[in-house]
Amino acid sequence: MHPIAIIGSGLAGYNVAKELRKLDKETPLTVITADGGQFYSKPMLSNALASHKLPEAIPLNSAEQMAAQINATVRPHARVTAIEADRHRIRIGNEIISYSKLVLALGADQIRIPLAGDAADAVLSVNSLDDYARFRAAIKDRKSVVIIGAGLIGCEFANDLSAAGYKVDVIDIADQPLPRLLPPAGGALLKAKLAALGVTWHFGTGVQAVDKAGDRLQVTLANGRTVAADVVLSAVGLRPKLELAHAAGLKTRRGIVVDRHLETSAQDVYALGDCAEIEGLVLPFVMPIMHAARALAATLAGKPTAVSYPAMPVLVKTPACPTIVAPPASGAAGEWRVEQNADSVKSLFVDAAGKLLGFALNGTATAERAKLAQQLPPVLD
Amino acid sequence: MRKWECIVCGFIYDEAKGLPEEGIAAGTRWEDIPENWACPECGIAKVDFEMVLMAA
Repeated sequence: MHPIAIIGSGLAGYNVAKELRKLDKETPLTVITADGGQFYSKPMLSNALASHKLPEAIPLNSAEQMAAQINATVRPHARVTAIEADRHRIRIGNEIISYSKLVLALGADQIRIPLAGDAADAVLSVNSLDDYARFRAAIKDRKSVVIIGAGLIGCEFANDLSAAGYKVDVIDIADQPLPRLLPPAGGALLKAKLAALGVTWHFGTGVQAVDKAGDRLQVTLANGRTVAADVVLSAVGLRPKLELAHAAGLKTRRGIVVDRHLETSAQDVYALGDCAEIEGLVLPFVMPIMHAARALAATLAGKPTAVSYPAMPVLVKTPACPTIVAPPASGAAGEWRVEQNADSVKSLFVDAAGKLLGFALNGTATAERAKLAQQLPPVLD
Repeated sequence: MRKWECIVCGFIYDEAKGLPEEGIAAGTRWEDIPENWACPECGIAKVDFEMVLMAA
């Protein structure tokens, strides 16, 4: 019998494997990954400095330990080059692996905006443990970091680096941090709290160029200003990895399109996690991965199970200003109602009938997360 | 009373405090939390939570 093959060893890939093994201990399983195959928590990369963790201390299990734990063949540093869905097989260069069912847990890439300058290729981004090790090596014994992007990852890194003593500048074309997640009052509090920690914000302007300046870098902004830094980190957003699926003729939009059973347009090929799009939703967070992993594991074990998502508030790891967001569905009709005081902003998105559709909590208001989450509609019923 | 930390998201379960908002009373031992309970912040299951014992 051909194995179930999983491409990708992030939280999506490994959690499908772990959940499957709770239901089916026998079916051969192969995990193929371009990375080192360690099991680690990617969300923890953006607060590893504060928790005094070196990159090598972050993995919870090696590829070998994972292979033993999930009774699987794990193939680290192996890049799948083609999917031949009609023949139920994949290629790793010239090697061919046949599968019974295939799971795409490919993840996403950090979006890189095109930059001018003779040090544009020195700009780093972090979306894997290997990336993070490179970043930590680059900032070792250095003092300043420019972060491009004031979204979730940018803000988390800004907090972590600033708390660890780095001089941090953050640049974003928006006019506040977390522009897509926080209404203005919450954004203002987060901005003020991180500024008090030492973060310098540059809003309403983009980055044009990164040039060498001695052994440092000079970042030129669209508004004409320049900022000097030892290291530049780009964190402008994620883009699902689509190339492999696209080349195989699978249906893709923003992500690899899957149905409620997480099946792609090709039979016996499934996708979940940061690469997948379910009913128009691409949700690069842990909670949806866990729900998808459980449903998919049941399906793979022979009991077709549709995924559903409850309300899934997202914790933003900015200890300087604790923040939890549960954005309203895209296009939802309603308005933000904001209560605030010096150290807290509670923003509730309610419809005309007064029903809660989303929220954003900053500071002490985060204590209301559980109570408010119970009032939210499910993300995917 | 002990504390346990979620290895994926860092959520801390403090036995002394429990999670009253989820119906887990203060003082509930880790062993007494239902096996189908999941991390309230990231959804990782209790059974493979691999929680870190923080303090005895």
